[in-house]
Order: sequence, then structure tokens, then C-alpha cells
Amino acid sequence: MVWGVTGGLQYLVPGFLKQYLSFEKVRPLHVSSVVFWIIFGAMGAVMSYLQQHTGKKIYSCLLFRIQFLLFGITVILILVSYCAGIFGGREYWEFHPLLALPIVVGWLLFLFNFLKTVGSLRQQPVYVWMWLTGIVFFLFTFLESYLWVFPYFRMHVVKDMTIQWKSYGSMVGSWNMLLYGSSIFLMDKINQHKKYSFSTIAFVLYFTGLFNLMFNWGHHIYTLPTHAYVKHISYAVSMTELFILGRIIYLWKVSLTEAKKHFFRLSYRFLAAADVWVFLTLVLAIFMSIPGINVYTHGTHITVAHTMGATIGINSFILLAIAFDILSDTCQSFEPFKKLFNRGFWLSNISLLVFWLSLIGAGLLKANWQMQTDPVPFQTMMLQLRPFFILFLISGITLMSGMFLLIYPLVRNQWVCYFQQSGDRQKPQHFPRMSRFSIE
Amino acid sequence: MVTDRSRLLTLVLLAIGFLLYSITLYSTQPPKKPAVTALSSKGKLVWQQYNCTGCHQVYGLGGYLGPDLTNTYSRKGPAYIKAFLAGGTVTMPNFQLSAEEMEALVAYLQNIDASGTADPRSFTIHTNGTIEQ
Repeated sequence: MVWGVTGGLQYLVPGFLKQYLSFEKVRPLHVSSVVFWIIFGAMGAVMSYLQQHTGKKIYSCLLFRIQFLLFGITVILILVSYCAGIFGGREYWEFHPLLALPIVVGWLLFLFNFLKTVGSLRQQPVYVWMWLTGIVFFLFTFLESYLWVFPYFRMHVVKDMTIQWKSYGSMVGSWNMLLYGSSIFLMDKINQHKKYSFSTIAFVLYFTGLFNLMFNWGHHIYTLPTHAYVKHISYAVSMTELFILGRIIYLWKVSLTEAKKHFFRLSYRFLAAADVWVFLTLVLAIFMSIPGINVYTHGTHITVAHTMGATIGINSFILLAIAFDILSDTCQSFEPFKKLFNRGFWLSNISLLVFWLSLIGAGLLKANWQMQTDPVPFQTMMLQLRPFFILFLISGITLMSGMFLLIYPLVRNQWVCYFQQSGDRQKPQHFPRMSRFSIE
Repeated sequence: MVTDRSRLLTLVLLAIGFLLYSITLYSTQPPKKPAVTALSSKGKLVWQQYNCTGCHQVYGLGGYLGPDLTNTYSRKGPAYIKAFLAGGTVTMPNFQLSAEEMEALVAYLQNIDASGTADPRSFTIHTNGTIEQ
């Protein structure tokens, strides 16, 4: 978040920190930090909920510790290398390719531990299928995103970019599998039954998601002069998302009743907020998946709005829901923090909406600019976008403040548990276990 | 009720389709294939080494702080590119590139330029939502 705000400032104050931390350093610092927050958080969610699902400990705590150390050290090295201006990778994985090796090794340990803990896929709920496919596909797409190290793949720019965005598009789908699976587990836990996770509709939606993960990445490269079939397949597959959108609209009333019933629960609130963001992001995604519309939105801040809606509104809110659930199970009540929580929750949601709208506003202006027959120079266009960038920065700062208000109780709670009551703190309890916090 | 067998079968079929799709993409070349030189190949690595994509786009993909560079070579020419690389701008640092790195980067931009055009105005939009360049 701090890197994000710094980057926002660099949009408004050209040359800000140019000598020490220029934008090409700040952007990967921000993006990689966000990506690692999402994938490591998702990994933690899967391993915690897997234990609650099976009712036993993970297969090997030692392997898990090794995995944690590998990732922890690698992330620190990556962030330090960015600060020093040492790159070598590509967008989103800008670090030196050698640093990808410990990530692959750590992920293999994760897969091994998961498979040994689950045992069998027989009679498993949908979230176990989602976790497994998420883990396998992340590994596949991460390795695929490094095919460029072979000259055969990187030699031709269009082919290289096609495979790059094939891997990235599916990779996002794979971590979504981990997160959505965990949110389904949490919803079952709140409802105290597993009807949904064994239902036919749950599996239909899972396979629809998987189908999109595999074949709907082409919308990132509609304007790239690659094979036409890539674009046609992606366009056709993306329209299956209309089924998901239609279901959300059809179940809107039921969802509202459900939300009223559980809204007092901290973790549920984030799930409810994530549902709203799923709706907004999905509508935007479907529009952007139509090539005729994508020509206008591609390369503009509308794409950024889509990414921010997904990574903050969906991914991060699901992770916060999980964090509040797991930590209230294993630690102490969040009751003393309820005012702080309420302020943080609403501040971050309202700020995110303003943030999202400001990006869409900037995107619309840029879309208009790039379609003009005689456009003004790039820098003049950027100056015209300044009011949106100011709004974007202010809402970014308030969003960060809101997030800090939400994270503080989590950190404080853990601090108290680990350092002051380490002898007699409660042991993790198993499914079904309800979050003890109530705002009422 | 969906059985484990039918779930597994669906998963296997999807996975086979995905693998076939991936192999097809790995083994075929896109329609337009510009000539690649040793210098332009090196230029790609220089592009990555200085993380140019942090601020610039190619085919609309990359950062948003600087302009899209897909067709800068044909629009502005090599001298214009070199002038920016040598001096930097208010926002862009002077990366102190060697003459060889600069030549390689220009060759890479030339290679990108020859691969197609990123101008969204060059697309024809059909009523069914598809596009054509």
C-alpha cells in the first residue's frame, strides 16, 4: 500500500524520488507485494482450512516451515533487488529469473503437503477440488511464464507476448481458485452445513470457472497481432461468465436476506463486500471481453480499475474475511476493536469505490484520446487526466488508512496471543467452529 | 447428484483440451514474423534488465506513466529514441546506458515495430463484437 501511494504521488509530481526510487522500481515493489500478499495469504488459508476440513494436522509441519522460510527469504531478496534496480524478469515477475527457483521448490512442497493431507478426492466438497486445481495450475502457469528464458520462445515478440499473457491470465484464475474455494469453506462454516459445497450448482460453477481459467486469457491480447483463433476462443468462452452474472442477479434478493442474517459476523462482512465487488468487476470484465469494446478500453486505466477491483475488492476482502475467521478461532475476541473495525470497513469500501471510479474516469478520457484522428501529445493528455489522478491519490490514501484500521486488530490480537499469553492461549478448534465475535 | 466419476472425467477432458491448446500455441508461429537479429534479441534482455515495461507499454500492455512504444521506431525514428535514452526526461531517469545497450534497445524497438501496429484506430469493429486489423 505504501508503494502504491508512492507511485500515485509520482503520477502527480513528475520526478518525485526519481534519483532513489523511480517509478520503474516503485511499480514492481507495489505489484509484487500485492501478488505475494494474495498468493501467500491464499496458501495460508488453504493450509488452515484444510486442517479444519480433515480434522487433523497437515502431513508435515516441517515441510511447511521450510516452505515458509523459502518464500519469506525469497520475497525479501526480491524486494531488495527491486530497490537496488536489479531486474531481469518481465512484467509482474520483474525479479531475476534465478529467484523464481525457490518459489517453484516451495510450491512443490505445498502441493506435496496438500496431497498427502487430503489423501483422496473421493466424496470431497467443491472447495477441495478448487484448492487442488488452483495449486496445480499455479505451478503450471508459473513455469509457463518462464518459457521466455528459452530463445525459441522469446525470439518472436508476438509469440512471446502471447505465451506471457496466456500464463498470466490463467495464473490469476488459479489463485482465484484457492481464494474462492476458501471463501466457500468459510461460508459453509458460517452456515454450519455443507449443502452448497456438495451441490451440483457448486460443481457447475467450479467447472465454468476452470473453463475460463484455461481458455479465457486471450482478452488481454485482443489487439496483439497473434492467431485469430486465440481471440475467437477467448471471446466465446468469456461469454459463459454471463451465466455467473445472471445467477448473481437472480439470487440478489436471497443474498440480501442472507447478508442481513450474518452481517454482525466480522468475517461475513468481508464476504458480503467481496460479493458486491465480484458483481462490479464481473460486469466490467464482460464488457472488456467483447473485442469491439476492448479496442477502446485496452491500454487505458479501465484495465487498472478492473485489476484493483479484483485484487482489493475481491481477493483482499476474502483474505481479510479468512484472517478474521482464523484468528478469532485461534486467538481472542475482536470485541474491543468493533468501532475501529466499523470505521475501517466502511472507509476502505467507500474509498475503493471512489478509487475505482476515478480510474474508470481517467480510462474513459484516455480511450477517447487514443481514438482521436489528431490526438494531442501524450504528456498533454496526461495533464488532462490530472483531476482523476488527484482523486485516485486521495482515495488511495484513505483506502490505505481504512485497511490499516482493519489490519491493526489482527496484528494486535496476534501480538497479545503470541507474546503475552503464549502459555495458555487457546488451541485451534476444528470445523464446525463459529467466529466468536458479535457486533450486536 | 453429480458423481465423483463424472467430475473427474470433466476435469480430465478439460485438462486434455488445455494441454492440446498449449502445445499448439508453443509449436506454431504467429502470422507475421519479423526478422530477428542478435542485436534485437539482446535488446529484449536490456528492456527487461532496466524494467522499461514498468512505465511503457507494448501493444497496450505494461505501465501507464510513459507512452506506448510499439510503433515509436517508425513514427519517430532511431535518433529520437536515442535522444530520450541518452538524456532521460523529468520522469524517466538517465539509465547511463552504454552505446551497445542503446543500439540493442533501438533494434528491439525496430523489431517490435515490424511485428504490427498497436493503434486502436486501425481496427475495424464488426457488429458481432469481433475486430479485424
